Amino acid sequence: MIPLSNYLIVAAGLFSIGLYAVLARKNAIMILMGIELMLNAVNINLVAFWRYLTPENVSGQVFAAMVFVVAAAEVAVGIALIMTVYRRRDTVSADEINLMKW
Amino acid sequence: MTPLEVIFWIASAVILISAIMMVTRRNLVHAALFLIVTLFGVAVYYVLLEASFLAVVQILVYIGAIAILVIFAVMLTRQVTNPGQLFNKHASLALVMSILVFIGLYLALSVWPEFSAVAPEADTAAAISNLGTAFFVEEDGQPVYLLATMTASVLLLIPLVGAIFVARQKE
Repeated sequence: MIPLSNYLIVAAGLFSIGLYAVLARKNAIMILMGIELMLNAVNINLVAFWRYLTPENVSGQVFAAMVFVVAAAEVAVGIALIMTVYRRRDTVSADEINLMKW
Repeated sequence: MTPLEVIFWIASAVILISAIMMVTRRNLVHAALFLIVTLFGVAVYYVLLEASFLAVVQILVYIGAIAILVIFAVMLTRQVTNPGQLFNKHASLALVMSILVFIGLYLALSVWPEFSAVAPEADTAAAISNLGTAFFVEEDGQPVYLLATMTASVLLLIPLVGAIFVARQKE
């Protein structure tokens, strides 16, 4: 049998890789993809906790479905913002989008 | 090793390797394709965890919608100016931070008594109908997740309207 720890360690690794993409990459679309990785890692954790700790209760799966909804909304708004910035400033590099930087 | 464990290790390797490949690619279309491979590995995880509804939703929503949206965004924002650097100037600090987060998560989880729990026997075939019931049907006169489902649908509608408004070409 696969213990719960295996799922949690892989999810922690996926979260860290996503965090690295968000912190280190310049391209704004790459940052969005990193956020997707992090949300997926959280979802693996939620489903693994549901299966291993409370399989008689569906709340773990309901929470995972909510994360799906939030991820879809987030990526739609994020890409719309990136497209608008690209049209106005001709760049998608997060370093050059600094109009509101103090 | 049981067949399930073999599938688990293959899926883990696919998830982690393609995630690392995604982060380090220069060509963003390749990165988006590696993102799809990672998301497919996560769908295999859901099948292993016997959450079949979420596995199907993962493929439909993530691979079918989000990944395609990302690929379109990559194609529409072709980087003509400054194609040079991949990482910003804090990349090494970010690497240290990510590794520290991983170690911190591992240490925090490893002291938890249920860390190496094994899966209990459960009737997961009934989970799909239970999930559908929990989403929409009242139980004992109380809607279980009805309000959450309705909030989620509004949360999905309003950002999409907002996204169209933001991305609209002004005449």
